[in-house]
Amino acid sequence: MSNKQPQVHELTMVEAVNLALRRALNDDENVVILGEDVGTNGGVFRATEGLKQDFGFKRVMDTPLAESMIAGMSVGMATQGMRPVAEIQFMGFIFAAFEQIVCHAARMRNRTRGRLQCPLVIRAPFGGGIQAPEHHSESTEALFAHIPGLKVVIPSSPTRAYGLLLSAIASNDPVVFLEPKRIYRMIRHRVTDHGQGLPLDTCFTLKQGSDVTLVSWGAMVHETLQAARKLEADGISAEVIDVATISPLDFETIRRSVRHTGRCVIIQEAARNGGVASEISARIGESCLPWMKAPVQRVTGFDATMPYPRHEHLYMPTTDDIVAAARQTLEGI
Amino acid sequence: MSRQHDFDWLRLAYRHMVTIRALDKKAVALQRTGQMRTYPSSLGQEAVGIGIGMAMQDKDVYAPYYRDQATLYLRGVRLSQILQLWGGDERGHLFEGPAARDLPICVPIATQLTQAAGVAVALKSRHEKQAVVTSCGDGATSRGDFYEALNLAGLWQLPLVTVINNNQWAISVPRHLQTGTETLSQKAVAAGIEGIQVDGNDVAAVHDAVSAALEKARSGKGATLIEAVTYRLGDHTTADDATRYRDKQQVSDAWQNEPIKRLQTWLHDNNEWSAGQEQALQKEVQQLIEKAVTDYLAAEAQPVDEFLQFQYEKMTPALLEQQALIKARSEQGRDNS
Repeated sequence: MSNKQPQVHELTMVEAVNLALRRALNDDENVVILGEDVGTNGGVFRATEGLKQDFGFKRVMDTPLAESMIAGMSVGMATQGMRPVAEIQFMGFIFAAFEQIVCHAARMRNRTRGRLQCPLVIRAPFGGGIQAPEHHSESTEALFAHIPGLKVVIPSSPTRAYGLLLSAIASNDPVVFLEPKRIYRMIRHRVTDHGQGLPLDTCFTLKQGSDVTLVSWGAMVHETLQAARKLEADGISAEVIDVATISPLDFETIRRSVRHTGRCVIIQEAARNGGVASEISARIGESCLPWMKAPVQRVTGFDATMPYPRHEHLYMPTTDDIVAAARQTLEGI
Repeated sequence: MSRQHDFDWLRLAYRHMVTIRALDKKAVALQRTGQMRTYPSSLGQEAVGIGIGMAMQDKDVYAPYYRDQATLYLRGVRLSQILQLWGGDERGHLFEGPAARDLPICVPIATQLTQAAGVAVALKSRHEKQAVVTSCGDGATSRGDFYEALNLAGLWQLPLVTVINNNQWAISVPRHLQTGTETLSQKAVAAGIEGIQVDGNDVAAVHDAVSAALEKARSGKGATLIEAVTYRLGDHTTADDATRYRDKQQVSDAWQNEPIKRLQTWLHDNNEWSAGQEQALQKEVQQLIEKAVTDYLAAEAQPVDEFLQFQYEKMTPALLEQQALIKARSEQGRDNS
């Protein structure tokens, strides 16, 4: 470690991602970045901007346009001790890589009884709300959360993007790291470039409260925090939990909060059926029922294909939807 | 046979092929008696696996597909481990020795090729003077990962040798229903790498082709695609019945050209092999296989909750909770037959 004070930057989330990648490349020569357009262009969202110029093609690789290959070669590299950080340009295109992620990355340790491990990170911008073309707005995180062996991490702020990404890269397990692109440039935070990761095994309680627990992740954390403020103005105290690592899930933090408040609203942008909210809700049902003062509510997208931009605003959950759901839990059944 | 191979080498190759055939035969017999799970025999294509294995150096890396027990054996994987794998025990993948860095066998089709390309990228970027060998069946050449891996290997001049074990069958679908190209090796043209076709029933020819490709790869001259033309004499696996879809005459014709008898005849015709030597070898191999079976059947049972332990580097709270459930199920004496 150098004696220099760590630098503090006012960063957007995408800039924090870039800073974490830069730090990881700098600190560990086994870290490499690969994907479509990640090199000279710096990624379509500029998450990898300047990295190829500073670290060279051998560390920051523009690959041919082939998602299965990007994931498959990452698996191969990871088994030999490298730490590939692959970018899939949009989550809507990750399905060509799904087989490699699910059948190989997720299972390498188990298949080989730990002889080989697969310390890779697959980064992908995800989520709606930016009026993008089809296949650019999906929130299919539950597909990955369902797969044993994968960690699924979703930051909701520049600080957490920096810390969680560093931990994802340091993790000896494969991580699907989903970046909510709607908030890539929405907020700026002071991010300290100290090289310290944030834990991947805990939820973050962003606000303490006693009347209702609001649980969310990714971009929806912002609507959730706004909702908590609105509720606060009306004298309702909401606890806000950012799940951040949706798999493996730190249910203990949620359980403790829900047992305290007796009410819970889970907010996800993804479709309702079979989502992460369903899992959290089920676990609350299994272990918190005697503490509950009202049924768990979910605020979610619809069980529909993400609509094209003209109807996208009707799909996305809003602050008012969350406030209404929270009020419903307070009004009882 | 090649001028590069003296009779000692050929006798060694012959011994390896006889060993693998005996292992296959035993594995199928074990399956028929309920002591083995679904098993993919390599009957008829022993020359490909042995040719590859004898060409590889220990420091090279191997990315096998599921019918590659012959090469795995030469990489130092114990025969009992191969039985263990197909007997339903992941510990068969605890490869040691030269195979310690090798990828596990791959059941999905062609996905091992892109992974092998990644291994090759790792070796190349570390300036390690070694190469990667991967193998696949003819059916794998229809899949995207096959093309995607070769494309990258050509583009980045990767030290990658890909061997297509063209045994003519993707389960029930024959080679001529798999692709419109005349050969499978010509698919290399699209990737900008060298593609060659060899007689996959000639262990020396396979060995020569793979050796040359490895030497080329190690010296930084890039990737090669080798199509080894052979024939799957057996069923796809013990769960398959190939009589449903293929012509008896074709199979009996293929038997005329099978690699083991062919090499034995050659050695015999050159007065380099005798009935006595054959008898001694068969006896020796039989003992080797019996030992492997004994070790396989005697292996200590896997701890019941072991399948929870390797999901992540550390057990998660949810898995720890579920561990108790597994133990309870086990204590109820659930039958696993």
